Amino acid sequence: MIKSKSYSQGWWVGYLFLTPWMIGFFGLVLGPMIYSLYLSFTDYNLLNAPRWTGLDNFREMFQDRDYLDSVKVTLTFVLFAVPLELLAALGVALLLNKGIRGLGIYRTVYYIPSLLGGSVAIALLWKNIFGVDGLVNQVLAFFGIQGKGWVSHPDYALYTLIILSTWQFGSAMVIFLAGLKQIPSELYEAAAVDGASGWRRFWSITFPLLSPVLFFNLIMKLISSMQVFTSSYIVSNGSGGPVNSTLFYTLYLYQRGFSYFEMGYASAMAWLLLVTLAIMTGILFLTSRYWVHYEDGGRS
Amino acid sequence: MAARRLATQKLFIHLFIIAVGVFMIYPIVWMLVSSFKPEYLIFSDPGLWPKEVTLDNYRNGWQVVRNITFGLFFRNSFIIAGIAVLANLITCSMAAYAFARINFPLRRIFFACMLVTVMLPTHVTLVPRYAIFHSLDWIDTYLPLLVPKVLATDSFFIFLLVQFIRGIPKDLDESARIDGAGPIRIFYLIVIPLAVPALITTAIFTFIWTWDDFFSQMLYLNTVTNFTVPLGLRLFIDSQGKSSWGAVFAMSVLSMVPITLVFFFFQRYIVDGIATTGIKG
Repeated sequence: MIKSKSYSQGWWVGYLFLTPWMIGFFGLVLGPMIYSLYLSFTDYNLLNAPRWTGLDNFREMFQDRDYLDSVKVTLTFVLFAVPLELLAALGVALLLNKGIRGLGIYRTVYYIPSLLGGSVAIALLWKNIFGVDGLVNQVLAFFGIQGKGWVSHPDYALYTLIILSTWQFGSAMVIFLAGLKQIPSELYEAAAVDGASGWRRFWSITFPLLSPVLFFNLIMKLISSMQVFTSSYIVSNGSGGPVNSTLFYTLYLYQRGFSYFEMGYASAMAWLLLVTLAIMTGILFLTSRYWVHYEDGGRS
Repeated sequence: MAARRLATQKLFIHLFIIAVGVFMIYPIVWMLVSSFKPEYLIFSDPGLWPKEVTLDNYRNGWQVVRNITFGLFFRNSFIIAGIAVLANLITCSMAAYAFARINFPLRRIFFACMLVTVMLPTHVTLVPRYAIFHSLDWIDTYLPLLVPKVLATDSFFIFLLVQFIRGIPKDLDESARIDGAGPIRIFYLIVIPLAVPALITTAIFTFIWTWDDFFSQMLYLNTVTNFTVPLGLRLFIDSQGKSSWGAVFAMSVLSMVPITLVFFFFQRYIVDGIATTGIKG
């Protein structure tokens, strides 16, 4: 067949099929992105035209106690929730991968919290079980311990949400399990012949071969943890309280943008979040050269 | 000796995994049981065996506000999730087919754009989108929730489907082409039927995420008659204090039934979907 150009015959059909996506991409993604970048340098309340204020929004952020609190809350959450969730997921996946029977059932049970955990229903349940008369304190009372109102105490409220997030390690675990299945068992047999200990086998075989999956899970968890909203909104009735202790970044963004209609400020916050996520992901990719092992020597 | 030690080790693993599993599932089962307990027992009975069984919580919760029942919220949620699933199936598979099978000008650039948007936090488009929908007078309708799906903005599913369609042998396209089929017929006669597993994954996760989506539903829906199940649940914390936890539990349990059913019917697709693509379930 002779082709004057490399495009498919009837390539215009490609555009036909892509039309909905293109309208969406330009009209609801790229266009709004650019516009929100512009809005982040303005004072905008939806009803009046945006008023250019230069860097005022960004300057305000660094003097805004609530904003700084929201950054602190979100980073604390990420710092605890991401490693805890990944460790739990990896630990249980390693145990389940030892060729035990009933893997399917166990996997299902461990996955259920991930399936339901993002809902308002589970957030309400959390608010109840970590309340003054909640399930946790009922159990503690059984051991003679007087519990606190965990969700209403500024020192503990955030940690109940970290527990909620760690509790949902099932989806990461399923990904780890799939990765573990890919590791050829001959490697372990050869290592066993050489007399390598379990610890040694983990660090010499499992960890390097699983590192791409770990890296993937890490990036995904990092990005989603930076954007937690529902649980903090429900547990704190939308206030981020007590004393800003559950004021997540996105919750504060929502408050400024849609409770106070300071949409320029909200846009500035959104863009700063995007830039922060991009930098964090970029740094992780840079470090990945030193700990993520690719079968083809990292050329792809 | 070694075999025996291995068996003991496995027994301990089983015990450990069961213990942790019970611990993890306990809160959900406790909520299910508590939804049938009278109110005062919810705050005093951490056990699973209800001393008294009642349907009052379901009765009270169902009639959440005067003249409005949870039935309406379920109906609204099903309408939104149903249309979202349909829209994503159609437009995401169209876009995926174009990217995977047709070589058109600027394809690589558009494909890169699509990939970048997979990880984009929605907040950077939030305010302008709200402004657009506001100027179109779409606030407090379902359009802001559905139009983005019709316009294939869930690029994650496009990516998933592209990966899958690329795995379908091209010989099939070729033989259909020799038989005189054009790219449009190849799409619905060959690619779509063979992409069913990926389409099921798309449908399931669109359903789950739309059902659970609290943020955009709260953002765009204001009138109680338009409310969905998550917004209906929020009504409890807005209005009442601790006296209605029984009703909250009852409606929370009901709210999780559709997703749980979907999970048990399509478990294989969900587990495979997460394992191969890393969907956050």
